[in-house]
Amino acid sequence: MGPKKQNRREFLKQGAAIASGAAVGAASQSASAQLPGPEGFLQGRDDIVAYGQRSRFIESKRIPHGGRHSPDTFGLDFHIATPLQDQHGVITPSSLFYMGTTRGSYIPDIDPEKHRLMIHGLVDNPLVFTMEELKRLPSVTRMHFVECAGNRSNRRHTTVQETHGMTSNAEWTGVLLSTLLKEAGVKEGADWIVAEGVEEVKGASSIPMTKAMDDTLLAYSMNGEPVRPQQGFPLRMLAPGFEGIFNVKWLRRIKVVDQYYMTYNDYGHLTQDPATAALGYQIGPKSVIVHPSGGQTLPGAGYYQVSGLAWSGGGKVARVEVTTDGGETWFDAEIRGEPQAMAHTLFAFEWEWDGSPCELQSRCIDEIGQVQPSRAEVAEFWNQPADQPPRVRGQDNSIQPWRIESDGSIHNAIA
Amino acid sequence: MRLLKYLLPGVMLLGFVAQAQSPTYGVGRAPTAAEIEAWDIAIAPTGEELPDGSGTADLGAQLFLEKGCAGCHGTNGTNGIAPRLVKNDVGEVDNAWRYGRVLPIRSPYATTVWDYINRGMPLGAEGSLLADEVYSLTAYLLYLNDVITDDQLVLDQNSLPKIQMPNRDNWAQVPDWFPGQPRLEGYPY
Repeated sequence: MGPKKQNRREFLKQGAAIASGAAVGAASQSASAQLPGPEGFLQGRDDIVAYGQRSRFIESKRIPHGGRHSPDTFGLDFHIATPLQDQHGVITPSSLFYMGTTRGSYIPDIDPEKHRLMIHGLVDNPLVFTMEELKRLPSVTRMHFVECAGNRSNRRHTTVQETHGMTSNAEWTGVLLSTLLKEAGVKEGADWIVAEGVEEVKGASSIPMTKAMDDTLLAYSMNGEPVRPQQGFPLRMLAPGFEGIFNVKWLRRIKVVDQYYMTYNDYGHLTQDPATAALGYQIGPKSVIVHPSGGQTLPGAGYYQVSGLAWSGGGKVARVEVTTDGGETWFDAEIRGEPQAMAHTLFAFEWEWDGSPCELQSRCIDEIGQVQPSRAEVAEFWNQPADQPPRVRGQDNSIQPWRIESDGSIHNAIA
Repeated sequence: MRLLKYLLPGVMLLGFVAQAQSPTYGVGRAPTAAEIEAWDIAIAPTGEELPDGSGTADLGAQLFLEKGCAGCHGTNGTNGIAPRLVKNDVGEVDNAWRYGRVLPIRSPYATTVWDYINRGMPLGAEGSLLADEVYSLTAYLLYLNDVITDDQLVLDQNSLPKIQMPNRDNWAQVPDWFPGQPRLEGYPY
């Protein structure tokens, strides 16, 4: 009898002696000697067989954005930010997609069988479509981000969800608006469209015909399922790269017109400054480091993959650069996957942290040569007085700095 | 399908030049006149979608209380939980932008005021106001903001678009948009 077997017999004898009372202790002693297994096993359930659910250990969630709670006391949803810090790929789960509405809105409860899209105005053939008819037409499937004009980092924000959570990215399937406009026959002088939803305020935006005929998409599918109610079920417009409010949800009407209509949504963009008007329209080149980011803590010096998202309303992301010394030295980040036009693009950078305080930033360069600016660069461009905090005109696409302290804590370092 | 591929760039090059086009797919149907009229609620600055009807500020003052506007916006339009409807008291200014973000004074067109009351008010009963009521409420808000000074002035589909708002020509147009263009000429960011 070898020593091993002897030990085993001792153990078994001992185990028998302390049988019931120490059962839990014995189990935990055994567990501490090996890597942990599952907490248990879940029996199949009809409802989860039919429609899956995430792990009970995952608590990632959206939060109200901008100081107004959603839902508010009337039950209106206004601005809700996505938890970018929990995301590792480029697709935002539909259940976590950021949300914005005109004025604050109830979510229309629409029976898709009864939903209709009307196209009329300066067209030869006004048309009404059912959802089934729209799905018969040639479709496209594209990745596009949507971003709210209010996605603006400030000093009070601590996490990337607060600084950048009002943008999300999905794969959309639908029919190009140009297909429908061609079917209707656009008349001369029709330089604009007005797109309108069915929510109680009937949110409507003016969109140039050049955009309507270029890549504007009427989507009925999002990430492989019907577009969700909070995102415009059963039909939403995507004006890729334009500010969020142009991406009209619960779309029921396109009117082809000869002038800018100054709808209430358009009025919301109103400014006296031509530069601000231009910069609050098509979204600029933008990026943010998501891992690591504000509110997280690095456990210690050593290797980390720095990763984040880059996007632009001007086209594809051409390049992303990363600095770990607050902008002194910039390195090319690696683009993960094939960049797509007006879509979030994943970038990554291999980094060895030496444990000393430092500042991480990223900047995006898009395919038409626009470069994401620092706030200091914007201030310099507009000759802003040095004693005033920089104000980025239009939609804010400035660089987001994250400061890492020697204890590994990470903070918003915006000026 | 080859034909379609060539057709689209052609249409774009021509800048949407009018040529009566016949449908390619034959999917969908023509809406009835009644269906169009019921949904045709976006009002152009030129006012072409404005319906029949009329109103005055005098009548609007009464409706402002009766329809519950005052409940959220305050009896004076300045002191409620909902957005302010009367210009801020900054005295006489040469730039109407200084009156604040108040729709019936800042908007370049009175049609936007009519349109928004009609589509979006009152909260919870949107679309319930009659055309006459919307004309009167619009007149009342313009009166409160000194855009019009006669509370008996009749606003209708002809007179409303002619109202000279102080910001009529005092706002920045969004730029013409073309695919692949930078946001602002000369701005590298």
